[in-house]
Formats: sequence, structure tokens, C-alpha cells
Amino acid sequence: MPENANDPIYQTDALIAEDIDAYLEKHQHKTMLRFITCGSVDDGKSTLIGRLLYDSKMIFEDQLAALESDSKRVGTQGQEIDFALLVDGLAAEREQGITIDVAYRFFATENRKFIVADCPGHEQYTRNMVTGASTADLACILIDARKGVLVQTKRHSFLCHQLGIKNLVLAVNKMDLIDYDQKKYDAIIADYAHFAESIGIESFTAIPISGLAGDNITSPSDNTGWYDGPTLMEHLEAVEVRSDANLAHPFRMPVQWVNRPNLDFRGFSGLISSGSVKPGDTVRSLPSGKTSTVKSVVTMGGDLEEGVAGQSVTITLDDEIDCSRGDVLAAADSPPEVADQFESTIVWMDEDPLVVGRAYWMKLGTQMVSVTVAEPKFEIDVNTMEHLAAKTLHLNQIGVAEITTDKRIVFDPYTENRALGGFILIDKITNHTVGAGMLHFSLRRAQNVHWQAVDITRDDHAAMKNQKPRVLWFTGLSGSGKSTIANEVEKKLAIMNRHTFLLDGDNVRHGLNKDLGFTETDRIENIRRIGEVAKLMTDAGLIVLTAFISPFRADRQLVRDMMGEGEFIEIHVDTPLEVAEQRDVKGLYKKARAGELKNFTGIDSPYEEPESPEIRVNTVAMSPEEAADYIIKQILPLK
Amino acid sequence: MSLTHLQRLEAESIHIMREVVSEAEKPVMLYSIGKDSAVMLHLAKKAFYPSPPPFPLLHVDTTWKFKAMYDLREKSAADAGMELLVHQNPEAEEMGVNPFDHGPLHTDMWKTQGLKQALDKYGFDAAFGGARRDEEKSRAKERIFSFRTASHGWDPKSQRPELWNIYNAKKKKGESIRVFPLSNWTELDIWQYIHLENIEIVPLYFSAVRPTFEYEGGLFMADDLERLERVMGKRPEITERSIRFRTLGCFPLTGAVESEAATLPEIIQEMLLTTTSERQGRVIDKDSGDASMEKKKQEGYF
Repeated sequence: MPENANDPIYQTDALIAEDIDAYLEKHQHKTMLRFITCGSVDDGKSTLIGRLLYDSKMIFEDQLAALESDSKRVGTQGQEIDFALLVDGLAAEREQGITIDVAYRFFATENRKFIVADCPGHEQYTRNMVTGASTADLACILIDARKGVLVQTKRHSFLCHQLGIKNLVLAVNKMDLIDYDQKKYDAIIADYAHFAESIGIESFTAIPISGLAGDNITSPSDNTGWYDGPTLMEHLEAVEVRSDANLAHPFRMPVQWVNRPNLDFRGFSGLISSGSVKPGDTVRSLPSGKTSTVKSVVTMGGDLEEGVAGQSVTITLDDEIDCSRGDVLAAADSPPEVADQFESTIVWMDEDPLVVGRAYWMKLGTQMVSVTVAEPKFEIDVNTMEHLAAKTLHLNQIGVAEITTDKRIVFDPYTENRALGGFILIDKITNHTVGAGMLHFSLRRAQNVHWQAVDITRDDHAAMKNQKPRVLWFTGLSGSGKSTIANEVEKKLAIMNRHTFLLDGDNVRHGLNKDLGFTETDRIENIRRIGEVAKLMTDAGLIVLTAFISPFRADRQLVRDMMGEGEFIEIHVDTPLEVAEQRDVKGLYKKARAGELKNFTGIDSPYEEPESPEIRVNTVAMSPEEAADYIIKQILPLK
Repeated sequence: MSLTHLQRLEAESIHIMREVVSEAEKPVMLYSIGKDSAVMLHLAKKAFYPSPPPFPLLHVDTTWKFKAMYDLREKSAADAGMELLVHQNPEAEEMGVNPFDHGPLHTDMWKTQGLKQALDKYGFDAAFGGARRDEEKSRAKERIFSFRTASHGWDPKSQRPELWNIYNAKKKKGESIRVFPLSNWTELDIWQYIHLENIEIVPLYFSAVRPTFEYEGGLFMADDLERLERVMGKRPEITERSIRFRTLGCFPLTGAVESEAATLPEIIQEMLLTTTSERQGRVIDKDSGDASMEKKKQEGYF
């Protein structure tokens, strides 16, 4: 039995034994709070969580027996129970004695169920902390009373604040080791308050505790008579849950799935992220802006009189408005914004750094769009909060940058609504989640630049030329024969009365892109601009041929995504490196081998071959003339 | 109005299922007929109502489940209006793999290999499973969307961070995702929800007088005496006892507990007052010491 089994919070045993129905009734009405604990190995974080689990009887006898034997074998507390062993999960971690990932733990008191995200505290685990903080209603920041406010305390507080956690608890741990000295405690609090104010934290709750000795965890400690605030558990039981706070905001529901079992039923399924919705309410579907009236709020248990933030429901409307996955149903009189350029905070989470200008997938709510990130305005040093100049973001770095999506998305600023302001970035090639971000606001220019509706459409342009616009994108190593073959193809098309234009290094590098060099970022921007120009030319009805090395898959994908279905024809001019190097028409390979040319594709910069190009020509087996004929045959008919 | 913890858990699970159906090409729900599966199936019905859940149920069968489980399996699928797929590893069948002669190989062949075969056979790219984070230490770090390589391997280091409720379901051809919509539920939550929602579960969870035998220190139920006798080489000594099961698997691997708890509140009461954790009755966690489940997951066990 825990030593404090008489504590009112835990007097449940009697009820379970005597009146299980009454107990169940009580348990059924519990609320749920998610919180994160931050602290480094030495702060006693695992011990505190182990203590919370132990005190709330979440540990069974067999686990306790294992814990006792483990404590003696590998514990750090001599013959005493080492609570930390309860929570250090994966085998690798147990061996190293550190926590390297986010682990989720569960415990319950009479009034609440708790989900604890247990996160490692080292700087190299910023990614994990941000992950844990993203779903938390509250953050419990541990301080070792002997050490006071450290760099890591500031880092943890800053990150929690960035992720929008309003309830901060400063748990000053190991009070037993400073003899419960109030003066020392007060000094730590004053020190922290000064720091908190400087980064915009409005309030926090400080509690003197000892995870090991159990002071002020579940019952007020006699050792801290000078402290009259709540125990840690009392505080955790009392704070407001975020989904309840969200109820006060205007109604929002990102549509996940259109529910259409038969012709008579069409409903929009989603999780209500804020506010509430009733039959008869006027709602607006974004981004279209169309309004309609709510007919019913459907669940399997029966239609609801009102759906509230935090519930998963299916909404039917009075009239058939166009609405599908990715759209947002919102209160008609206070809808979210729609834009395609934003300022945002980004946390980088991948081993490979952010590539400025490269297209990533962005998932926000249920919207999935293509996005590019501009050079960061600054990186934030998570230890000093200083703003540093940055060209990119590396693993665990956090910065502020402008981002541009390929189509307009529905959003709220993150500080107002996490569900429509928080997003993840996904690498288009590896599919890894490489970053997470929070939208601040849309940029004015995005709001003010409206597409000019034109009377002569791209279809008209194409019809006048009696052809279907295309982009023939030649990619391959330097010296593979791209320009030669593209030139041959254009000649043949001209003979066929086709309207074409060839973009190559000479006519692009000397004008449009003369400000760009050969760094990775510049090469991506080079390709992006060529893509945009090619797109304008297809709008004008032309068949565009481009001849650039374009070594990166992601960049070619970016251009492909800009074009209409079937308009982008990727042609891999496939020449082995040895052959291209042997040809070395411009003498560039020789220079690169001699180290006179940096970032040369195939030598010290990779060429990522197309995985499934529309056309592949083998220049070892075919002459340029034959290759051109082959390509023409593949792209016919052109109307 | 404040939502209760069960309402929030329910909403979260439904949200997860809808995301998978929207982003995966061919999802399936793994159905083990246990209480967690029963809750998961119930949530699936809720998530897509009034449509039936838009995916089939898959039972990776070992041929050694309790008879009462097979009965409920057919009924539950029919009630939900879902297709039921059953896969039995043909190699295990041919070799006659059983829990008595083959020990850990039984789980590996029937369940681990059987699951891989079934997923490959039908080409499923996302599979719902009923695992919970509170079950076992290494599960506490499992993502809700857990990625498997084309050979179904699990690498704890390559799992993707999960922020807010945004899940990244992008994957390459051949790769698949195991999705755990019950991740944040505890054993008590499961029981409470079954009670509240009146969800049908296998009667073996409730106490009754049943034929039992003792084997290597555990108490087991003689569900199919003829078959037991065949593989054990002798007829076990049968005693009638009032027993029930806290978890259900293969009948020769799942230990029974002596109990009088015959209603859900009584079961919950017994569970809350009991002093051993849920997996204690299962042999699977103990066969290679501490990190047994983590190792099994790396090999592709669910």
C-alpha cells in the first residue's frame, strides 16, 4: 500500500469493494488532462512520474516485485525503490540509463484521468519535447532545487511557451536536499519569474516538491509549512483542460471524410476543433465561402442537440454545397482566413537540414498541400533566446520563416487555434516528417494579389495553335546530350508545324537567372524559375522543351506538380557517368576532378535518377537523331 | 459542458480511423476477438455511421482459439455488415505447430508469420490493431501510426514524430502502417466503455464453472479435450472450477483465474482490487526476459 493511502484522493478502495456501481458512475464522469514533464535526467523527472504512478496505484504487485528486484540490481537508490526504472522503457535506454523518446504514461485520480508525455530534456531531443508539448494542456517543468534555474530550464520553458501551453508548473524538486529552505526556494522563483516575463510567459505556478520523499506530491508536506499553495496533484486536478477552453471560440470543423452510404444521405465527418454547432446554425464551407444551414449533427448514438469542441461527429446540411476532405466547416459570421503565404515558426526534426526553396508536403488539419520555405528570417538559440542569422535549419533548430503554399489553405493563427495553425512538413522523397510549424499570420501580399480573370483562356491559346501544351523536361548528367537531343526534337516539331520554345542554360543563366550561383539553394531556385516560365509558356499554348541537369528528384517533382495532368513529360537522357566524362565536351569534368569546380553533378554532388520517367533514352545505344525520333514517336499525337 | 475522458478517447479513436480511411489505399482491421478488438470494432461502427466501416476484418487464426471466440467472430462481423477474412498459416498447419511441442515457435509461425502472409496476400497498406500503451513498457513509446518496412520490420529509431493530431500516412510502395486507435486507453477505460456502451464480448470473460486442468503451474481450460489429449499425449486431469479469463488468446497459452465475477461491474471490481497486471496470465512476455515484446515487434509481431 502506498504510504498515503489515507489521502482523500486515493480513498477509492473502499468504494470499489463496497459499491462498484457508485465507483463506476464516478469514474465515468472523470475529465482528462494531458501534460508533459520536462527536465533532464538528473532533475528526478522519471522518479516523479514513477511516484505519481505508484501513488495512484497504477502499479500492480507483479510489476512492483520486478521493480524491487530491478532496483537492487541496476537501481541508483541503493536498497530503496528506484521509481525511475518504472518509466524507462526501451531496452536501449535502460542500458544507457537515459530516456531517448517520448513515452506516454497513464494514471487516474478520483476526478481525472491523466496522460503524461515523458520527454527527454537534452538539447538534442528538442524534437521529442516539441512532440510531447504539442498535445499537452499543461507543462510541468522540473528544477533541481540545489541548482536553480539552468539553461535547460529556460529551454524547456521557451519551447512549451512556443507550443502555446498556457499552464506552466515550476516544480522545484529535491527540496529535501536543501533542507526545505524557503529562502533558497524564493530566490529560485524570483529568478524564474524574471526570465518568464522576458519571454512573454504570463503566469506560472511554483510548487516545492520532493519526488523521492513524496513532499507536496499528493498531500501537503509538514516539511514546507511556509508553503500554502496546492500540492502538485491538487493543481493537476484543478486546471482547465484546453478542449474546454476551445469551446469559447467560434465553431471550426476540418472535414475528414464525406459520409455517403446512399443517395439520401450526405454527411461531413470530422472532429470539432473549437466552438459548438447546432441544427439551424448557419455555417460556411472554406475555402469556397459558400454558406448553408446545419440540418443535423449525427452520431451512432442518435442525433445531437449540440456538438461541442472535442467531439467526432457527422454534420448534414440543408443544401448540397460543394465540400470535401480538406475543407473546413466554420461559423458563418466568424470564418477562418484563407491564404497562401505566411510567416511561421518552424522546428526542424530531420537529420537532413531544411532545403530552402524545395517543395515539401505540408499537412495542416486535413489539408495536404505543397509548400516551399524561404530562407529563415532568423534562428532562435533555444538556450539564450537570441535571434541568430540563418541560411537554413538543422535538426532540433527552431526559426522563423516565410512559407508559400501551392494553393490557398484555410487557417487560423496558431495562438488562436492549434488545429488550424499547427502543421507538419513531410519530405516528398523519404516521406519522413521533417519539420513542424506554427502559423503566425498571412502575408499581406498573398491577400492582395488576386488572380486576374482573363477572357482568352489557356485552352483558347492552345486551340489557336492547334496543339496540346506540353513540357518536355530533359534531365541527365552534364555531357549526356540533353541540349543536342532537345534541339533535334525541336527541329522535328517545327517541321510538323508545332509551336515550340527551347529553354536551356544559355538563354536562362544569362538573363532571368543571372543572379543565381551554384549552391544547392540557388540551383533549386534556378529550377523553380524555369518551371514557372515553362508554365507561363504552356498557358500561352506552347510546347516547351527544357534542357537542364536538374539533378534533384524533389525539384523535378516541384515542377511536375505545377503542371496540369499529363502535361509534364520527364525525359531521362541516360548516359553512364564514365561515358559522359569521356566525352567531356566542355572540359568541365576535368576541372571538377582537379577540384577547380565545386558542386559538380556526378563528381561531388549527386545526380538522382528519375524513378519512373515518361521517356528514357539511352545515348550509348542511340544517336541523337534516333533519340529524337523515338521521343517524337512517344509524344504523338500532339493534339 | 466538459467532455468526460471516455468521450475524449472515443473522439480521438474515431478521428484516427477516419484519417486512415482517407489516406490509406487499402486498410484492414485486425480482429482478435478479445475485448480490445470488440471496443475497436464498436468505435469503427461509430466512426463511419450510417455507413458500414469501409474496410474488412482480418482474423489471423492459430486454430487454437477458444470455441466461444470463433462463435462471436462470425456474429460480430455479420452484425457490423463487414467482410470477415480469416488467415491460417498453411506452413504452420502442415507442420502441425502447436503450443505444447513448439513453444515460442507457435506464436511466431501462426501469429507473426501468419500476419505477414495475410497482409502480403491481400496487399493491405494499413492495419488497425488494438494494442494499448499501458499494456507493456515498450508499448509506451509506440506511435499511433507505426511504420513497417516492406518486410514488416519495426525500427524504433525510424518512427516519425507525431504532433498534435496530425498523422503522416505517406509511404512508399510495399511499406505499410500499423495503426493503434486505442493507444491512449487503459485497461480500466476499456472495461468501463464496454459496460457503458453495452458491447458484446466473449462469455469467457465472465465467470462460470468450466472444465480446467493444471499445466506447468498455470490453470487452463480444457476447451477441446480430444485435441488436447492428442497433442499432450495423455488426457489431462480435469477439475470443474469457477473460472474466467482476463485476456483471451490460444486456449493452451492463456491462463485462467479462479473467480466468481459474473457481471461487468464485478469484473471491473475484481480487476481494480487485484494485484497482478493483465499480461501476467500470458506466457508471451516472459520467454526472453525484459525486452521480450520489443524484440517481437522488431520481428514483425503486432
